[in-house]
Amino acid sequence: MKLALLSDIHSNRQALDACMEHARAQGAQRFAWLGDLVGYGADPGYAVRQAMALVAQGHCVIGGNHDALAVHPLQPNDPAARTVAAQGASWTHAQLTAPERDFLAALPLVAEVGGVLLVHASADAPERWRYVDNEMVAQQCLDAATQRPGIRHVFCGHVHRNTLYYRGTGRRLMRFTPQPGVAIPVPRHRQWVATIGSVGQPRDGDPRAMYALLDTDAWLLRFERVAYDHATAAAAIRATGALPDDFARRLELGR
Amino acid sequence: MKLLEPGTEIDGFSVLECIHSGGMAHIYRVEYAVGAPNPGFPLAMKIPRMTAGDGAENIVSFEVELQILPTLTGPHVPRFVAAGDLERLPYLVMEYCSGHTLQHWLDADERPDVATIARLGAAMGRAAHSLHQQNVCHLDLKPGNVLFTHDNHAVLLDFGLSCHAHYPDLLAEELRRAVGSPAWIAPEQVVGVRGDPRSDIFAIGVMLYELATGELPFGAPSTQGGLRQRLWMAPVPPRQHRPDLPEWLQETILRCLEPEAAQRHPSAAHLAFDLAHPDQVPISERGQRQHGLGLRTQFKRWIKAVGMHYQPSPLPTRQIEEVPIVMVAVPHDDVTDATLYSLRQAVGRSLGIRPGARLACVTVLSPSASSSTDSERSETALHRQHRARLKQWAEPLDLAGHSVSYHVLEAGDVAQALVRYAEGNQVSMMILGAATHGLQTQRFIATVPMRVARDAPCTVILVKQALPFAQLAREYSE
Repeated sequence: MKLALLSDIHSNRQALDACMEHARAQGAQRFAWLGDLVGYGADPGYAVRQAMALVAQGHCVIGGNHDALAVHPLQPNDPAARTVAAQGASWTHAQLTAPERDFLAALPLVAEVGGVLLVHASADAPERWRYVDNEMVAQQCLDAATQRPGIRHVFCGHVHRNTLYYRGTGRRLMRFTPQPGVAIPVPRHRQWVATIGSVGQPRDGDPRAMYALLDTDAWLLRFERVAYDHATAAAAIRATGALPDDFARRLELGR
Repeated sequence: MKLLEPGTEIDGFSVLECIHSGGMAHIYRVEYAVGAPNPGFPLAMKIPRMTAGDGAENIVSFEVELQILPTLTGPHVPRFVAAGDLERLPYLVMEYCSGHTLQHWLDADERPDVATIARLGAAMGRAAHSLHQQNVCHLDLKPGNVLFTHDNHAVLLDFGLSCHAHYPDLLAEELRRAVGSPAWIAPEQVVGVRGDPRSDIFAIGVMLYELATGELPFGAPSTQGGLRQRLWMAPVPPRQHRPDLPEWLQETILRCLEPEAAQRHPSAAHLAFDLAHPDQVPISERGQRQHGLGLRTQFKRWIKAVGMHYQPSPLPTRQIEEVPIVMVAVPHDDVTDATLYSLRQAVGRSLGIRPGARLACVTVLSPSASSSTDSERSETALHRQHRARLKQWAEPLDLAGHSVSYHVLEAGDVAQALVRYAEGNQVSMMILGAATHGLQTQRFIATVPMRVARDAPCTVILVKQALPFAQLAREYSE
């Protein structure tokens, strides 16, 4: 089975469409979205409606911190409301219909699809939204994931970067930065943790959208980069008149 | 795994005979069982010896080869055919390459002559470069892993300890221990670096030393301390073992064996180039050295080596792209000063942004230009004359830090001669005039540059000459 893994879509309609189309052209049969459907971008309703349609067809969607925030935006007097992530959450909240919010509120935080574990942040405490951005957290994430019978792979979002953690000949996990478009063997006799990057807000200096394709028969993992119309996505953010201009600018820079 | 009987069938392959029974794996000749298509070349199957008593590294190195071999292409690696599932039935089927490994030359009673050493070394350099261009460092080059085919090119075998920059390095570990064969391993590998193409240059240097002298430059140490010696120790100069070796060969071998990778040839293509053009190798103290280094120098190097530690390597392709071989075709007749000037400008710009580049200045003579009777036009006199012209042409260039060489070729077909030269020397970029080489034959005015642009195996820069000075003056006055 070819499983397309998309994460951190962040209301970016153009990037989402480009990645979904790319994945279908690559023969993806199943889709899994790893959270943060909304936040930052201009089209939260579109992202959520697409997710609802996918779930109705039996695909997998899990929730992220921005999804939780859009359901229950922080009160303006809350000190955390001043963070970048919280900015615009109440705008997003207002864009969504009640059934859309209910859908986000009901999303699970972890899921198993095709023998792999999916989680937005770290599997050891999904609701704490820890960033899997070093070998140590990756190890804790992996330890928690492999408690489940038959799990050898865990895929995460949240950090907006492509990284693969694996075990070499030593005891600790090693970090590897993948090359887009290269199918990497991830056989089941080893254990793997991957952060699959972000569809809607790449942060590694390359504005192209990121997602990953996993072949669960051959156990090959391919990180993909997809060029999309980021100018339109940025223009849509500016056109809202409510979201910070920085949200638009970072799409153009991939930062 | 015990030895398979001839006739055994595995996944549609039928086993013929065992051709190698090593510590890590058995290798069999195989063929497709009846009914399967014939690939057009003989096949070999490698089966790891995985039993309870075999170490984990054994399995990992097989997995590494399984990861890397299918991605490799070109004449310097055996073609990949099929692989068995690692957990169920691990095997690799690949092209069976016939020929002798380098061990064959080492086992011979007599040491090979200088021309043979240079030929084998250049072939190894070209093969290693081809691998580096595919983002792979072999990291276990040794006499048993280099095979020479009947048409004299080198095929590299056994990728079990190799490193492909596009895949997670399964042999890496946080302790950064040395992985490789003690006699041939490079100093940076000793401290855990896996991904520097110049480590393969070091291993080729060890093999050239063996070929030339019959000795191993650093012995075959069995302890970590013994391995670390090569971080500072300079081997006995090859000419001390064998005084008839030319200085240029000692220079080349000792350069490969420099403890600091940055002091070696910057790419395997540069090494192959030196071995193919001995007369162009600049001889330094290294080539003339008659004894090992003095205590003082050794001590300085030892101090330096104490600080040598692991650091990550950039992509191999990026490392070798920074040190290309740039070739310039300098025409010699019917050529205007403006053309020569423009060519020089273009070369200067190209070298300026690539500090490690090497420059080869080439000119092609027509075979009819030389005369066997007229001593003024004798072949050697003519070549000397043209080489001097090339040097003169290059004189104004700022060549600090670049190696430069001058080559006079003789050929009736200029375009073909230039393309062949580029192919034979792993040239990355050729610079030539857009309308040079044959101005006297107006009909064919564009053919040489166009044919070169079409057929060359590398980037070609066609230089338009700056406007003739007279015309420039006219344009300004209008």
